[in-house]
Amino acid sequence: MKLTGAQIVVRTLIEQGVTDVFGYPGGQILNVYDALYEYKDEINHILTAHEQGASHAADGYSRATGKVGVCIATSGPGATNLVTGIATAMLDSIPMVAITGNVPCSLIGKDSFQEIDITGVTLPITKHNYFVNRIEDLADVIREAFAIAKSGRPGPVLIDVPKDVQIATCEYEPKQPLPKIPISLAKDAEIDEAVKLINESKRPYIYIGGGAAGLGLGDKIVKFAEKIGAVIGCSFMGLSAIPDSCAQFLGMQGMHGQYASSIAQNEADLIIGIGVRFSDRATGNVAKYARNSKIIQLDPDFAEINKNVKVDCGIVGDIEDSFAKIASLVKERKNPAWLARVDELKAEERRIEKEILDASCATLPHQEVFEVINEKKPYGTVIVTDVGQHQMWAAQCVKFDKARRFVSSGGLGTMGFGLGAAIGARVATGDTTVLITGDGSFGMNLNELATAVSHNIPVITVIMNNGVLGMVRQWQTLFFGKRYSNTVLTDRKTDFVKLAEAFGAVGYRVSTKEELEAAFTKALDTDGPVVIDAIIDKDEFVLPMLPPGGSVEEIITKVDMK
Amino acid sequence: MSEKLNQFVIAVYVENKFGVLTRVTSMFTRRGFNIDALTVGETESPEYSRITISLSGEGYAREQLINQLRKLINVKKVEVLDQDCIERELMLIKIKNDREFRSDIHFACDAYRAKVVDYTNDGMCIEVTGDPAKIDAFIEIMKTYGIIEMCRTGIVALERGNTTLLEKNTK
Repeated sequence: MKLTGAQIVVRTLIEQGVTDVFGYPGGQILNVYDALYEYKDEINHILTAHEQGASHAADGYSRATGKVGVCIATSGPGATNLVTGIATAMLDSIPMVAITGNVPCSLIGKDSFQEIDITGVTLPITKHNYFVNRIEDLADVIREAFAIAKSGRPGPVLIDVPKDVQIATCEYEPKQPLPKIPISLAKDAEIDEAVKLINESKRPYIYIGGGAAGLGLGDKIVKFAEKIGAVIGCSFMGLSAIPDSCAQFLGMQGMHGQYASSIAQNEADLIIGIGVRFSDRATGNVAKYARNSKIIQLDPDFAEINKNVKVDCGIVGDIEDSFAKIASLVKERKNPAWLARVDELKAEERRIEKEILDASCATLPHQEVFEVINEKKPYGTVIVTDVGQHQMWAAQCVKFDKARRFVSSGGLGTMGFGLGAAIGARVATGDTTVLITGDGSFGMNLNELATAVSHNIPVITVIMNNGVLGMVRQWQTLFFGKRYSNTVLTDRKTDFVKLAEAFGAVGYRVSTKEELEAAFTKALDTDGPVVIDAIIDKDEFVLPMLPPGGSVEEIITKVDMK
Repeated sequence: MSEKLNQFVIAVYVENKFGVLTRVTSMFTRRGFNIDALTVGETESPEYSRITISLSGEGYAREQLINQLRKLINVKKVEVLDQDCIERELMLIKIKNDREFRSDIHFACDAYRAKVVDYTNDGMCIEVTGDPAKIDAFIEIMKTYGIIEMCRTGIVALERGNTTLLEKNTK
């Protein structure tokens, strides 16, 4: 059948199984929006307040489900507004397809109104991108884009479609979505080497990242840990892959990692990295990282092996396949001395945590905020965050019960990510979605409250409001002699309760644990977005902390404010 | 091109599509790799262009660079060429036409099988082909006579024997 380019865009999205898209119309994408109107029974478009919100929503949609998130924007400023969202997805390997309109081919290169070379702009922040100047290529480009986005190490793909291609007509035939592009399988010799290292190890530490979390390998990894007498820790991106109720799971390691997880990794004699890239935030000073330990690294991306740390055994290939082979070949072992040592570390961690809480003079310490959330949140709640202290506290304190339930910008650290992403995650899962944010981050993209209200998306936002840019302030306190340059927000006088009401949402202000409990309970029963402005202390710290460029030996567990 | 330590040449087969060269060079910028020379042109297969890049680096940088290149969607094949591969480069060099040195310049041209391709009272343009070391040596000689302007193509290179890189069983 003959269709216009715009119809082909929408039909191909439907063909790929897309049911929800996020976007914002404009001059050069009008034809696609006209086609979206035509197919509105088959594909749900969510109009955001800003294109950046649409890109984060597509990202959150993907993180919570593993499906490819889709966002749509017009040319020029519409396209550039997607950039931060695309970069956020790139740094965390999130599958996403972004579709942008552009000026007609006859106007390309002439600095026409709202013309931007968006494929040029997004070259370093996409897994791949396309400028489609022939309508005959359009459907296949979109199909290929989905396959690339979700295959191997996933990532965002952008497709730029000039207006004349949207208008032109061409024969269209529906096709099945392309299968994932196959990843090579690990070599037997590599598997054997890994098995040998595991069998020889007395203090194994399984270290999982976003690559493992994305595959839903949690249960198998727990069984594997039991089999070889290992403990499990994770990078920031690996959170929620293993439920916090699991006895061998120590939580996140790294700059703001849990004490036991970071120290145990440093004391291990073997680190089995699964889908982790050993980022600088996780390793600290590479020269001092894991000096007592051999490292095995499983990754589908051959360029990750030896990129950040030198490993003893790199296993390139399909993680599920390599992991299954290794897990079946290793010998069963108990390592009681190691597990006993880890128990000591866990006890020490509890002692440190108690000490931090006891030393707190706050009326509503952050630990209590998370106690309330952990206690009240239903099974399967998606926890979304922005970036800063609240994010690291969430990473440390939230008790996850299901995979893909932590949605947060790790690699890029995008403030303003949260609300859009929470909207995407809620739309994707239908599960309770709680955004934990700060007054700084929330201020960046709070316009998306309009989206949550207009589509009645019941996201619960908890603003941990300390009136400062807390994480930057923490660094200023520790490393810049308490010179608080441009990190105090109290002059803003924003009333987040009135703001929520102005947007048509519900707002509560709380400053004690009891008030938070009451507000959070009401929020869970509200059919619509709720904002809880939780007033916390401005001088709470995220601890433990490894100083930047430091190592585990320099771990900071308390700060003397005098 | 002086003979640098750890210098190597890679050949990259890329899909013959709009913007592919930008993708390759942009990756070098993004990852902080320096290129000594780069050439691009048609190949035996109309689907692919061949990019020949010469660079220096060892161990980590070399491995990373090749891996990152292989990751690009439009890149079909990346190979580090054998040390004994055939490398050629072409240079055009414009020299002052000084009566005093004229015969010396001609003598040098003969020795290097270079060709005078333009000749005026004030200057001459010489074409010379060879491996980079030969071109470097020729430039050294010409410095004495006064180089006005010069231009090198960067190298093209093929491995010896009857195989093609596309046939090799790796990406």
